Amino acid sequence: MKGIEKLKKDFPILKRKINGKNLVYLDSAATSQKPVQVIKAIKDYYENSNANVSRSVHKLGEEATEAYENARKTVAGLINANSEKEIVFVRNATEGINLVAYSYLLPLAPSGGKIISTVMEHHSNIVPWQFINSHGMDLEFADITKNFGINLKKLNGMVSKGTKLVTTTHASNVLGTINEVDKISKIAHDNGSLFLVDAAQSVPHMPVDVQKLDCDFLAFSGHKMLGPTGIGVLYAKEEHLESMKPFMYGGDMIKTVTLENTNFNDIPWKFEAGTPNVAGAVGLNAAVNYLKKIGLDKIRKHEIVLTKHALNEFSKLDNVSTYGPQDENKKGCVISFNVKGVHPHDVASLLDREGIATRSGHACAQPLMKRLGVKAVARASGYIYNDKGDIDSLIDGINKVKKTFGV
Amino acid sequence: MLDMYAEEILERYKDPVNRGEIKNATAEVHETNPLCGDSVDIYLKIENGKISEAKFNGFGCAISQASADLLLDEIRGKSSKDAKSLAKEQFLKTLGISLSPARLKCALLSWYALMIALQDR
Repeated sequence: MKGIEKLKKDFPILKRKINGKNLVYLDSAATSQKPVQVIKAIKDYYENSNANVSRSVHKLGEEATEAYENARKTVAGLINANSEKEIVFVRNATEGINLVAYSYLLPLAPSGGKIISTVMEHHSNIVPWQFINSHGMDLEFADITKNFGINLKKLNGMVSKGTKLVTTTHASNVLGTINEVDKISKIAHDNGSLFLVDAAQSVPHMPVDVQKLDCDFLAFSGHKMLGPTGIGVLYAKEEHLESMKPFMYGGDMIKTVTLENTNFNDIPWKFEAGTPNVAGAVGLNAAVNYLKKIGLDKIRKHEIVLTKHALNEFSKLDNVSTYGPQDENKKGCVISFNVKGVHPHDVASLLDREGIATRSGHACAQPLMKRLGVKAVARASGYIYNDKGDIDSLIDGINKVKKTFGV
Repeated sequence: MLDMYAEEILERYKDPVNRGEIKNATAEVHETNPLCGDSVDIYLKIENGKISEAKFNGFGCAISQASADLLLDEIRGKSSKDAKSLAKEQFLKTLGISLSPARLKCALLSWYALMIALQDR
């Protein structure tokens, strides 16, 4: 990507020294760093417009409400939702998935039916369904293929008329695999099931169009896409939001309240009880504008180049195994790996000494670890502010790990 | 203080002297760190109130495994009462490794297992 040096300057944290070394941040799949534009937007909001939304008639109240609703429009545009009514602000992707679990599936659970998820999911797309399972709905998991994709043939055989929900991650936080969600969507809909996409690892990194995907629900987190923590998004088709029960109850989600009864608010506010994270939405708005200015297609192209370089360099390392597709066009910029005989925590600790930030452990995907036959992995993940030099620093670091442990 | 990855630690990790199982152990405890999946099994043979044999098995980082190996050196031959009184701080001091807060729990995994193993002794 052109001008990456200039772009790096937008991220104040990248100037930090860690253990006397320049920070090489390769943990964006966990959370992304924030550009000064996002930090400034939040600061400006608190310094100039802070007020509660949707209820105060004074000038600041108007400005805060406008900023909050403007963020909704920006997000709707980013994923090409039909209308901003289909955008519900939540804390993160996890909360978005829980909203669907509580408001859509829980009422259906006692009458049976089935949910189908996959073994490559983050815990956030497994545990809520186990909760619904405990209320009477069946739960099954589609397996992965030897190429680290979802086995569509098997998935197709699992989906039946009684299936209420098919769900998968768009891009795996461990393998990097970009799943064929358009095909999975068709399998779900052909059987009368709804389809939920965990887009936490895709929306920050590539163009995502909910109408093209034809998904019923799509959840993602602001903090993985340059935005602040504590703000996330659930997209849902308008018809579903209209028919679903509220998620939480209280202020803001109501029209009229008597001691006996309450009329709920229109969508999406019906799902946003209590004072929302206005500053978070303002930050997310700035983050989306920043990403759009670069262009999501350009970001994807940049990450393909970065991933190709990483895959190539990793393939030259002896005694280092990687997990995931080897084709950069089929995966996000996520490389999970193990150094033979060295625990991932030791890999990450030694890399940290070189100023390189990576994740180590089960990456919130214990069932996938079991399926891969490993206890844990080290993971390096890139984003817009990483360049080939960062990958080279990582490879140098891994070579130091190997030297320390005599591998 | 030793570096986390000092030669002594790495040696203990690669070539532990106390790794193994005791078939007819009088105390046996499996302890895991759910955050990172590290695990350690401690086997003790206690005869007449004295720890005559001590072994461990496990999977985990260099710190968790090397500290388990060193811990068993420390308590072998001691009375179970003395071993039980080995305070966390004392053990860390004996280890002598400079640990970041995030890695403290790695170093103490085997110590927790030992305390459970000695609970009623």
